Amino acid sequence: MSVLIDDKTKIIVQGFTGKIGSFHTSEMIKYGSKIVGGVTPGKGGQTHLELPVFNTVKEAVKETGATASIVFVPPAFAADSTMEAADAGIKICVAITDGIPSHDMIKVKRYMRRYSRKEKMTLIGPNCAGVISPGKALLGIMPGHIYLQGEIGVVGRSGTLGYEAAQQMKNLNIGISTSVGIGGDPINGSSFKDILEKFEQDEQTKAILMIGEIGGPQEVEAGKFAKENMTKPVIAYIAGLTAPKGRVMGHAGAIVSAYGESAVEKVELLQESGVTISKNPSVMGETVKSILKGR
Amino acid sequence: MDIHEYQAKKILSDFGIRIPRGGIAYSPENAEFKAREIGGSKWVVKAQIHSGARGKAGGIILCKNELEVAQATDKLLGKKLVTNQTGSEGKIVNRVYIEEVTNIKKELYLGLVFDRASESIMVVASTAGGMSVEEISKEKPETIIRSKIEVAVGMQEFQAREIAFGLGMDFNLISRMAEVIVGCYRAFRELDATMVEINPLVVSKGDHIFALDCKMSFDNNALFRRSTVSELRDKSQENENELYAADRGLNYVGLEGNIGNIINGAGLAMASMDMIKLAGGEPANFLDVGGGATPEKIVKAFKLISSDKKVKVILVNIFAGINRCDWVAEGIVLALQKIKIDMPLIIRLAGTNVEEGNKILKESKINYVEATTLEDAANKAVKALKKLGI
Repeated sequence: MSVLIDDKTKIIVQGFTGKIGSFHTSEMIKYGSKIVGGVTPGKGGQTHLELPVFNTVKEAVKETGATASIVFVPPAFAADSTMEAADAGIKICVAITDGIPSHDMIKVKRYMRRYSRKEKMTLIGPNCAGVISPGKALLGIMPGHIYLQGEIGVVGRSGTLGYEAAQQMKNLNIGISTSVGIGGDPINGSSFKDILEKFEQDEQTKAILMIGEIGGPQEVEAGKFAKENMTKPVIAYIAGLTAPKGRVMGHAGAIVSAYGESAVEKVELLQESGVTISKNPSVMGETVKSILKGR
Repeated sequence: MDIHEYQAKKILSDFGIRIPRGGIAYSPENAEFKAREIGGSKWVVKAQIHSGARGKAGGIILCKNELEVAQATDKLLGKKLVTNQTGSEGKIVNRVYIEEVTNIKKELYLGLVFDRASESIMVVASTAGGMSVEEISKEKPETIIRSKIEVAVGMQEFQAREIAFGLGMDFNLISRMAEVIVGCYRAFRELDATMVEINPLVVSKGDHIFALDCKMSFDNNALFRRSTVSELRDKSQENENELYAADRGLNYVGLEGNIGNIINGAGLAMASMDMIKLAGGEPANFLDVGGGATPEKIVKAFKLISSDKKVKVILVNIFAGINRCDWVAEGIVLALQKIKIDMPLIIRLAGTNVEEGNKILKESKINYVEATTLEDAANKAVKALKKLGI
């Protein structure tokens, strides 16, 4: 098992025919993901990368039976695309787009409230690297070859820092069940807690590495959730020890504005919840290894 | 994006919030004329910079005649004002705002921000106006009123009324205060703001409610659809290096240390800075060249970092994901042919084709130290600093 996606997941690409969409679609196909088509309004009926293009997500779902989508649509239109996916019955949608206005993301979150928990689409991102279940499927923009298949669930905000962790684990021969990038924006589809919940229920996953950063309440909230509801060990690293208060560090959401949002405070609060802290970003793999040994 | 006080006042007055009479001036003569135009016998001359706490820094001057207004303006214009929010370099005053003096009966605080926990808009109000919100939450937390606004339906009148009553307003001013609060909420929503703050919001002796000082910040990602807001940008208030970087698609934040760094990805950049600190050094900057780390961006990054006089050592850390290390290495070699770097350079490459990348660097004529891991790179950077005797 893995969470969110596997080798059977049928995927459509929104923003399919653009340069970025085309490039990453080819990469996903190479990795073995089951891409069944794409959506670009106005280009329906055409064929792109030997796959059918549709005008609407509804049409694409009807014709292909897709349950997953990935969004490469430009920021001004991306929020609309995620709502279109939800309305068409897509179960998991990854929004790669960086630069979506916060007010638009709030609108998306409110729109999704119309669905019952069972019917609700899982939205990952925006401004994220996506999801990979190594050896099975890639619904994202990660370099697939640095991920080894295995038992660790990984969830993080940053793309390249997630790659760093995957590489460290690969060097120690530690594999990953699924790696999820939830993105660097202040308002996002799925939180750390949402993903921890999924890993807790997944048989393949034995432990979770959570890669957080400064800003927002999500890491601390996830720590509390782990303490109260999880049996599997959680290991965490929080980036941004040297970040000054009140400055945005690259990710729109990486800004310390309240108590509990700095790296030092987050580490303290996570430790109180029983989460094992990787003391620096160079030993994320080793810290996971030590936890696996101790079990 | 931040804007000036006078710009925020103009916006809020368009949303029905009363502001004292005032005008902008670019010269002492200009200021004197404005004071006459406004009338009255007392004015304040307020330095317009993107920072709060201007009063304590000498940026707000009370004047009792037109001559004093001109003198105060002369004193402030062209000056770099250092407040506890500007950093040591301060911010330049290019214009002043002349405003009539308001007779104050009561000073209040009103702020609107995004609440990330509930993903809604939070109104924060307090009767302890004039103090910063941090000071209020530390010293007078009991005065704080918080109200979460459900954005799908917007602010309801009862919510605004509750806040107005919570602020202890006289009965005859309740509905007027509620209008002010709703006006701020509308400005926040309709202009893609991320922060609206009126501090102090005052009740005058004549029983009018005025915004005496205010601040607004906007979502950079939404400026494409807010042309009236984006044209208020004042580049003179931004750090020169940060401006250079932003205009070239780089994410840069200047810091106080001396190890400059060039990294791809915001998370990895923060992690590398942490590693430098843990190794006993101090980073000079945050710099994210983007996940792709294209050769063009690497050239621009080297230009930016090498122009920073604080920087004594440069650390490059690139994790090649979708791209390849050999391509990144070619970019670095190309950059160093264009820009002369005469300080220690530590390079760590990781990811796709790392061997080929390191081979290209080794075979080129560039003078550098190769590092293998994040930790190794940080240690070597700190060691290089010590070798320089720093």
